Amino acid sequence: MTRESVAVPCRLQINGQDYSADLPPSVTLLDLLRERLDLTGTKKGCDHGQCGACTVLVDGKRVKSCLILAVSIPDSVVTTIEGIAQDGRLHPMQQAFIDADAFQCGYCTPGQIMSAIALLEEGHIHSRAEIREFMSGNLCRCGAYNGIINAIEQVVSRQHRNQAGEAA
Amino acid sequence: MNVISTHIGQPVSRIDGVAKVTGQAKYAAEPHPPGMLYGVVVNSPIAHGRIETIHDTGARQVPGVIEIMTHLNRPHAALFEKSYMDGLGVPGAPYRPLHDGEIHFNGQPVAVVFAETFEAAREAAMLVRVDYERWPHNANFEVALHQKYMPSKTRSNYVPPKPRGDAAAAYALSAVKTEGRYHLAPEHHNPMEMHATTVIVEDDGTFTVWDKTQGPQAVQAYLASALSLSKDQVRVRNPYVGGAFGSGLRAVYNVFLATLAAKMLKRAVRVTLTRPQMFTHAFRPEAVMDIALGASRDSTLQSMIVKGVTDTSRFEHNMENIVIWGLINYRCPNATADYKVAPRDTYTSSDMRAPGAATGVNLLEMAIDEMAYACGMDPLAFRLHNYSDIDAMHDMPLTSKALRDAMAQGAQHFGWHDRSMIPGSMRDGRELVGWGMATGIWDAMFSPTSARARLGQDGRLHIATAASDIGTGTYTILAQTAAEAFGMPLDRIDIELGDSALPECPTEGGSWTAASAGAAVWLACHSLRTKLFAALARCKNAPSWARQDSVKLEGGALHGMNENAQDSLSLSDALSLTGQDVLEAEETAKPGLRGKISQMRKARFTHSAVFCEVRVDPELDTVRVTRLVNAVAAGRIMNPKTAASQIRGAMVMATGMALHEESLMDERVGRFMNHNFAEYHIPAHADIPDMDVLFVNEHDDEVSPLGVKGIGEIGMCGTAAAIANAIFHATGRRYRNLPIMPGA
Amino acid sequence: MRSFSYSRPTTFDEACRNAEHTRFLAGGTNLIDLMKSDVERPTHVIDIGSLPMRDIADRPDGGLRLGALVTNADTAAHPLVIDRYPLLASAILAGASPQIRNMATNGGNLNQRTRCHYFYDPAMACNKRSPDTGCAARGGRNRIMAVLGTSDACIATFPSDMCIALAALNATVNLHGPDGGRTVGVRDYHRLPGDMPWRDNILQPGEIVTSIDLPPAPFGPHHTYLKIRDRLSFAFAIVSVAVGLHMEDGRIACGSIALGGVGTKPWCVPEAEALLDGRPPSHSLFRDVAERLLHGAVADRDNAAKIRLAPRVIERALWQAAAGTPQSQTDKTIR
Repeated sequence: MTRESVAVPCRLQINGQDYSADLPPSVTLLDLLRERLDLTGTKKGCDHGQCGACTVLVDGKRVKSCLILAVSIPDSVVTTIEGIAQDGRLHPMQQAFIDADAFQCGYCTPGQIMSAIALLEEGHIHSRAEIREFMSGNLCRCGAYNGIINAIEQVVSRQHRNQAGEAA
Repeated sequence: MNVISTHIGQPVSRIDGVAKVTGQAKYAAEPHPPGMLYGVVVNSPIAHGRIETIHDTGARQVPGVIEIMTHLNRPHAALFEKSYMDGLGVPGAPYRPLHDGEIHFNGQPVAVVFAETFEAAREAAMLVRVDYERWPHNANFEVALHQKYMPSKTRSNYVPPKPRGDAAAAYALSAVKTEGRYHLAPEHHNPMEMHATTVIVEDDGTFTVWDKTQGPQAVQAYLASALSLSKDQVRVRNPYVGGAFGSGLRAVYNVFLATLAAKMLKRAVRVTLTRPQMFTHAFRPEAVMDIALGASRDSTLQSMIVKGVTDTSRFEHNMENIVIWGLINYRCPNATADYKVAPRDTYTSSDMRAPGAATGVNLLEMAIDEMAYACGMDPLAFRLHNYSDIDAMHDMPLTSKALRDAMAQGAQHFGWHDRSMIPGSMRDGRELVGWGMATGIWDAMFSPTSARARLGQDGRLHIATAASDIGTGTYTILAQTAAEAFGMPLDRIDIELGDSALPECPTEGGSWTAASAGAAVWLACHSLRTKLFAALARCKNAPSWARQDSVKLEGGALHGMNENAQDSLSLSDALSLTGQDVLEAEETAKPGLRGKISQMRKARFTHSAVFCEVRVDPELDTVRVTRLVNAVAAGRIMNPKTAASQIRGAMVMATGMALHEESLMDERVGRFMNHNFAEYHIPAHADIPDMDVLFVNEHDDEVSPLGVKGIGEIGMCGTAAAIANAIFHATGRRYRNLPIMPGA
Repeated sequence: MRSFSYSRPTTFDEACRNAEHTRFLAGGTNLIDLMKSDVERPTHVIDIGSLPMRDIADRPDGGLRLGALVTNADTAAHPLVIDRYPLLASAILAGASPQIRNMATNGGNLNQRTRCHYFYDPAMACNKRSPDTGCAARGGRNRIMAVLGTSDACIATFPSDMCIALAALNATVNLHGPDGGRTVGVRDYHRLPGDMPWRDNILQPGEIVTSIDLPPAPFGPHHTYLKIRDRLSFAFAIVSVAVGLHMEDGRIACGSIALGGVGTKPWCVPEAEALLDGRPPSHSLFRDVAERLLHGAVADRDNAAKIRLAPRVIERALWQAAAGTPQSQTDKTIR
């Protein structure tokens, strides 16, 4: 059996910056970020899509970057934990995670935050039960689950207040 | 020590929070030195035998592969097993990675592929083929039980059970008796970060080793000993640790292999384990406990007979304190216990969060619940009725035990008094509702620890100790301690941890870090204050008010007192006046003579009372934990915010212990088969309800210098039992095996 | 993962070629996982992500066509699916995690492979992974393994949730291969392992799923997807049941049932479904149906609990469907 790994063009926009290179097709998006671009904020917790630590946004949707070949999402827009703070100010979800003590070791945290940001976009935020179910793809061994749900609710209620403020 | 709390005890947010929520915190697999090679480990698929031949030709042909390290070509490492001893003190002959061709356990590393890219190393590792000669093995716990034994040399922290009265006779005479065999499945720690090591070869040939460990100095000592290096040739760093729960107490094979390879290849290397490989080293031992309890008609415990066995490997004798807890915590005139280990051809079982107590307390508290029901007494009332104010096993007073308060406050918060005693009597629709409770106990420990405090020209206070923050909040509570001790705002304090080059600190574990490192930081800061005041007093050009006794350090500046109350001096200016660039103090916190005497005369424990509500669908075997309340008596709480998270986190892990977690051993090959997160189920968001944590007021100046007992383990102890007891209350069925799964 | 060559064709003709050691890549959630586990070892990967199969469209018969590349998440959130096939939406939401559902495709879901521990571990014997090497799952730690449709060669459980609903909905699968297109019923798509467990389904080399057709479903609110698992989310089924009942005046005109978590393929027994025809809901009827569905179930070392548990889950699901109170996938109370 012959095995040829011809490098394949990879074109992405990552946290607002264009990236293009020829890559072996076996490079996952996660390994591209961590090993070739030094974006180690996205974590490897299992490498098999079972823990959620590697969650990033691709074209605005949350996905597990460990199960994506980097060459298989041409021209996609990738957002990682390093790309959500703006002008040096934390994203509201990042701040809420600190306020609510929504992490301990911090290793699942970037994935939880990216997942939570997408959750708000999806709108699965009508009850704590719904938030729990739709966050269940992100495991946390330190058991910071209560804090994470509190952090998400904090951001949701602040958004509602802001919207109410705008409406008024 | 008298502490007036302006910082200690405040619910401060984690000072490492920004680094963690932005992805800037660097974990062991994240430094990327130039020219770094990626190492991928190949593991044995057999439990016992010998390597016959290693076929690596195909693997070596993968472009980018630099070396395949095996026992045949590895560089020199220490020969004798004693050189591989680590700080945990497990008696026996430690496993020596790639020592020779002999296989001692399934999953043992047999080769490591090093390549220029991760992809090449991963592929080549798949191409390494190994022929084995297979030898007989036993990995079946039931079979191993027949070979149980008491090691001739015991683990340093092993507490031998001390019998009292005549338990057998009292049991025979007891009016009410319960007896049962309880079982806990083996569990794996499974921190979210997989074990990993990045080794940087410095210009002077020394090694900087980024390792996922709970003890950088222990790993430094291990590497120096096992690789025949001097300690100053190895520096181990672990500023951020993605959870560990005990899996990083001992040096894991990746750190040895990575450092050995860096020595061999003279290049930076990284070895990261895969999630399946996380099932090839430490795990919580499988355990059985035979518990017989006898009580008189008035529900007074008369006899307690506890026999327990945990598993170990063939080469080491891992021991746990699983049988002593009931003897300590209950007033029962006749009690005895027996403990043995059972050998299997596996890797050595190891400490996992609340080792010994997580097993022993939970299984015992399930038995206590059975006895309460056999007596027809409310389980909380039964425990109060048999409450001991002393360490009943050693007949020693305690430094403190606010468990009564914990029981009362927990019960009040939970609404326990509305509970119906009769199992199966509380319903909500199709679901049976069950309320269960249990108590928890864990050692309050203190270990000698050093810390350094340094004041720099920038007016910032820099604290350093070789402690590890594995998510426990150590950075934050040490900053609070320093702020309090020195009189400094939190945002002008830097905490440096996770580096073997820093002042000596024992491996993080056992809930002793807060008490020990906290005391060291306290002393170092006070010493630094004294030094500063003394330096100023000697300083001719300092304002006269600052050279007197009536000066205070508050809010990060020096202030005069009384008639000089308006005067102040910044710390940078003060330092300039002394003519020094930095002022530094290092101190070691030790129990001292008074502490040592106290340790001989008084026992010290953390206590808790856990209350749980479950909803069970009796037809479908589904169990949902819908409420958890844990009232904890743990002395001084340094930071109620991070401390509550610690307790909640342990309750999550205990929920896994009660309902989900079991490492499935295929005895035929000695291999844990569900070696991933899809089939080894740690609780997910959906499994975990809102959990309430109460800290009971417990003033204890004797237990440790700061009155701290530690809170890392206590949340595990009792919680799994409270869940199991709630399931009984819901269904009337006793489950004596954990985890309790659908179809059990 | 072993190295491979990669192509991303834009036409069916380019893509659907019969070549050895080739795998099609869609969402990747299963294939990449298996390649990392050294279970799948393709020398060439054909990324079908550019093929035009991303629509959900009405069918002339009132049914719906689901493009093979539509993600599970988009399918479950599609208004037409929610309106007409809430059973399907529910089953999809019962499976995997939001991130996985954002990646995994409908075609890929049909082709996902078992979660058998022994299949996933190349150190262990597995006929499904490596033909004729033996089945270590037999006699091993097989609590999660199948009890229906097993053979001496294989007891691996079929893992999907979505496919269980598709089977209850009697969907059909449209395929395209080197020799053109064909259509098969979803109940005939997956194979029993027999003595060739390495063939999960009837796909021929070079053939891909292009779409799934859902016939009109007359169930109204009388459906449910009830899944029992070892943790409350993000876990594969121990037992799952998809039910749709066509109710008329308090009687079941006809019904459709499929089981997950217990079979080597989505488990349907037409004789069991026929028992429902024209009958009012009753305990004895549902017990008979459950019994018929489990007929022939065989346990191995650790999985007898599934045989005890499955009938109770089936009966509960039938009651939920009859009452028109489908199981919520968010509220974990089972009513």
